[in-house]
Amino acid sequence: MTGGFTANGVAHAPSRTVRVTILSLIGLIFALPIAAMIEFTLRAGLVGGYNIDRWVALFQSGFTGVYRPVLVALGNSVVLAIGTVIIVLLLLVPTMLLVHIRFPYLRRVLEFICILPITIPAIVLVVGLAPVYTVVARMLGSGVWTLALAYGITVLPFAYRAIQSNIDGVDVTTLTEAARTLGAGWGSVLVRILVPNLRRGILAGAFIAVAVVLGEFTIASLLNRVNLQTALVVVSKVDPYTAVILSLLALAFAFVLLLVIGRLGAPRTQTLRRRTTVKGPA
Amino acid sequence: MISQPPLLQTRSGTVVEFTGVVKEFSGLRALDGFNLTLHAGECVALLGPSGSGKTTALRVLAGLESTDAGSITIDGIDVSALATSKRDMGMVFQSYSLFPHLSAGENVEFGLRMRKIKPAERRSRASAALALVGLEHHFDRFAHQLSGGQQQRVALARALVTEPRVLLLDEPLSALDAKVRVQLRDEIRRIQTELGITTLFVTHDQDEALAIADRVAVMRSGNIEQVGTPEELYSRPATPFIADFVGLSNRVVGIVRDAHAEVHGTRLPLIDPAVTEGPVRVSVRPEDIEFAAEGLAAFVVASSFLGSLRRTTVRLPDGSIVLLQHGVRIHPKSGESVFLKFTGAPVSTEPLEAASVAPHQS
Repeated sequence: MTGGFTANGVAHAPSRTVRVTILSLIGLIFALPIAAMIEFTLRAGLVGGYNIDRWVALFQSGFTGVYRPVLVALGNSVVLAIGTVIIVLLLLVPTMLLVHIRFPYLRRVLEFICILPITIPAIVLVVGLAPVYTVVARMLGSGVWTLALAYGITVLPFAYRAIQSNIDGVDVTTLTEAARTLGAGWGSVLVRILVPNLRRGILAGAFIAVAVVLGEFTIASLLNRVNLQTALVVVSKVDPYTAVILSLLALAFAFVLLLVIGRLGAPRTQTLRRRTTVKGPA
Repeated sequence: MISQPPLLQTRSGTVVEFTGVVKEFSGLRALDGFNLTLHAGECVALLGPSGSGKTTALRVLAGLESTDAGSITIDGIDVSALATSKRDMGMVFQSYSLFPHLSAGENVEFGLRMRKIKPAERRSRASAALALVGLEHHFDRFAHQLSGGQQQRVALARALVTEPRVLLLDEPLSALDAKVRVQLRDEIRRIQTELGITTLFVTHDQDEALAIADRVAVMRSGNIEQVGTPEELYSRPATPFIADFVGLSNRVVGIVRDAHAEVHGTRLPLIDPAVTEGPVRVSVRPEDIEFAAEGLAAFVVASSFLGSLRRTTVRLPDGSIVLLQHGVRIHPKSGESVFLKFTGAPVSTEPLEAASVAPHQS
């Protein structure tokens, strides 16, 4: 899988030094604010020096008191992330495949619709969403999960690009037609052929959806909902140090969550690869 | 791995009939009242330039495209309304179509899995099918570990393992290099005759069509221009289009008079004696013109060695260019002046004003 593609015609892969330099540079850019946050939480007041008192205090309190809402908010955000991923998987993926295979002349329209949310600022989106949500609340109640409907829209551009690039890289039409001539109905085509071959794109779409939802503030705040970000803002007004600790924890949580989702999708490819390497040439 | 793979069942071939099939794509008629019958166990090649509707005919039979009019019957039963998955066809595609996430064996098993066949039987039948195409040791390989030719072989095994009623081949060889193409072509023919499966083979390569098919149907703008055995098509082309498309042809100007074509002072018999008299364009095979001691004067332009034969381009006094095909012992030099004569084989003609089709070179 790796290497071997540098032969004639294909551009040479960048050298090791170039790769390491680029990676470290980007790593540094990402690490700097996180390091600054950690440094900030360790400051021992105005006199200078460092200690871990604030971390200890937070964990000893067991996230009770002022920090309790943050835990609840985190739960809300997880529910919203799950809801949004479900919308992406059950609505966006089948729609994209249907358009790609059966209604190719609608591709442009779908792309335009899916990219649209990125051009509309969240604050403008809320103006439209607010009256919609009075209706939504009347019909579906005001459960936390209902906000996932709005998030389903905001993640569209990101999820669309991730999935579409995978669809473009696989000859979806031929694979579908081959499966159908072999007697597969549409359901089997989707589950047995398309999803396994589009797993990477679908997973990437789901990752991005999770990341976007965990970082979302504007819509939740303006619709008077509580999610992780709104809760962090509330805390930061009371205790900026703890707010930063919680932000760090939220970052770590998102990181672990993405890692877990990534693992869920990975095993099949790994077993495949292992099986293929075991087989010697015939 | 089983020691004695059971052979695939041969079944009494299926009859397929297209009757007046029409298919339009946004106003363009890809099939325009298309009629064709595939007899039981027969391999028919649909040959034609791109855009002639040959692939559409095959896709309509597979159910991958709907028809706008007409009917398609398999063993007398109209299948026009039947879904692709229910038509019981085996199809090999032009582009590599193996499922990349499945091994060669799992690919072949797919159709059996869809038919709810038990795992043990699935595996033995898939092995047998892979053995049929000479890949019994590649059961666990993935598409990216197979060469193009091997991938198409697996695709063929996958199409055959379900013992389909009809085998559909949509230019399965066009992505392969020349040597593999000829090899696989002969193998497809062998397997097809062995199994006696009714086969529709779409190609734009005349060599392929002539080599593989019992009958060849040459298509042009959504319809069949002529259908017949490879020999018939080659020796008695109904129109210059066929003459051009099946084998090489020279197009020279002549006149039809007294049921003969007069070309450069030579009277040639007509394939179709009923053509109306008047100025025509005549198609003459390169092997139907010979060097002679006297006759039509010409200058040699170029001569190329093709292994078993030689092809020489000459210029006639009127400036037109003519190709000759002859034995390698004769070795004309360019610039040499020679004499030609026609062997007198029957020719096809078309009225001059209609002769607008670009000449086709193989």
